[in-house]
Amino acid sequence: MIKKRLFNTFNWIILCGSTLTVCMFLGVILWDIFSKGFSSVSWDFVTLFPTDGMTKGGILPAIVGTVILTFITTLFSVPFGVACAIYLNEYARPSVLTNIIRASIRNLAGIPSIIYGLFGLALFVQALHLGTSVLSAGLTLGLLSLPYIITTTEEALKRIPNSLREATLALGVTQVETIKDVVLPKALPGILTGVILTLSRAAGETAPILFTGVAFYINGVSASLNQEFMALPYHLYMLSTQHNAIEQVRPLAYGTATVLILLVFSLNIVAFYVRFKNRTQD
Amino acid sequence: MLFTNSISFFLKISPIDFFTGSQWDPETKYSMVPLLVSTSFVAVGSMIIAVPLGILTAAYLSELAPRKLQMFLKPVIEMLAAIPSVAIGFLGIVLVGPGLAQLFNSQNGLNALNGSILLAIMALPTIVTISEDAINAVPKSHREAAIALGANKWETLFKVTLPAALPGLIAAVMLGLGRALGETMTVLMATGNAAAIPKDFFDSVRTITATIAIEMGEVPYQTTHYFALFAIAALLFLITLAVNFIGEYFANRLRKFHA
Repeated sequence: MIKKRLFNTFNWIILCGSTLTVCMFLGVILWDIFSKGFSSVSWDFVTLFPTDGMTKGGILPAIVGTVILTFITTLFSVPFGVACAIYLNEYARPSVLTNIIRASIRNLAGIPSIIYGLFGLALFVQALHLGTSVLSAGLTLGLLSLPYIITTTEEALKRIPNSLREATLALGVTQVETIKDVVLPKALPGILTGVILTLSRAAGETAPILFTGVAFYINGVSASLNQEFMALPYHLYMLSTQHNAIEQVRPLAYGTATVLILLVFSLNIVAFYVRFKNRTQD
Repeated sequence: MLFTNSISFFLKISPIDFFTGSQWDPETKYSMVPLLVSTSFVAVGSMIIAVPLGILTAAYLSELAPRKLQMFLKPVIEMLAAIPSVAIGFLGIVLVGPGLAQLFNSQNGLNALNGSILLAIMALPTIVTISEDAINAVPKSHREAAIALGANKWETLFKVTLPAALPGLIAAVMLGLGRALGETMTVLMATGNAAAIPKDFFDSVRTITATIAIEMGEVPYQTTHYFALFAIAALLFLITLAVNFIGEYFANRLRKFHA
């Protein structure tokens, strides 16, 4: 009896223990970065240009670079992704072909991001002669985001009951109008959640932009599409591994990490909120 | 694109050297063996850590945790998935590295073990989420039948529910492994990047992804070295594709089984 009870307690401990360990990982990560990072984050830090060989000053160009980059990614991947999902879910009849398309999309999502980087380098930078620029990098990230956007949008469209579509069709509305005026508005919160989560992922990616246009330092804020740019994740990478005064810039690295994580988390929280609101409405 | 560039590489360097040599030394020797061994070292290490943790956490979440705790834990796991890989790599340098160095009295903690720990953290959300879905998909009648036969909660969990969820669990592990294999920034920052065949987990390693990231920035276009990097990228692509296909296959089986 005692043996059995011990066994039960043991089981309970390993299950709870592993869950706690997983939570602890998040706790340790956030605590370490935030506790050391917040002291270097200030208004000046986010609004000033880096000075003195990156050892002082702020990270404004990196923030602006990341925002512009994410914007280009959005412009490229959202229209294509949503259109693709609408085709797959609303128009295409289930067939071997659509199954193959879906399987390829899922596999595209599993391709390592560095391979997207190489692909972007070969296609956008060299074959299309866009050079290493914010445009090339944005398009590369757009390619990376497409599979996620298609999958999440399709999931959102699937949740719209068919009776709704049939009802509007019975009223004599064409299919295009049904999609435009009934299905899409109803699926919008779901699509939005997917898009925001995907973009938050894209904003934190480093590997795909390494060779397609990111730079450690540029003069001023990148203004045109064919210039190189600075980005937060790359800035953090350079500050923590490549800088010649690593110990000296450590506070700046912590600060950059804090800003990056806050940016990604705020996007996530917006997405959670949209999803939560959508669920409570139903 | 990936493959035409790789073919240009094999026109210059014989595939035999590529697959059997033991040195990756740009300019002269291109062998992917050290890189492949490094990659597998780190990936397998991360799975040893992440698989038990991930599956047990999923079991706790779906079978034991009260509803309110579930509502709290799920966002925690999604947050863990949202942390950018550079930030995790950064922690590998400032936190895990020095910690390991102190623990094992080594020079620095930038080695395969460090990379494995960090990759485990990155693969955990994938493993937990998919395993949890798999465990939830096991019909309630299975559990009820086991309990009716006199099995207690634990026997039900370990002997009925988890085995029934096995295809889903395999899918979870495979997709987690795919993520670990393809991760670049974390391993680039935390594993030390010595391109030699590692002997144990305390050796510094350099994975395929890290090699591409380090060397691509410096090579002139259209050289043998440039093509070599495309060749290892193609290899990595095929490996992750295979791993994902296996995961996908088991996930589909699960879907059909419960449909």
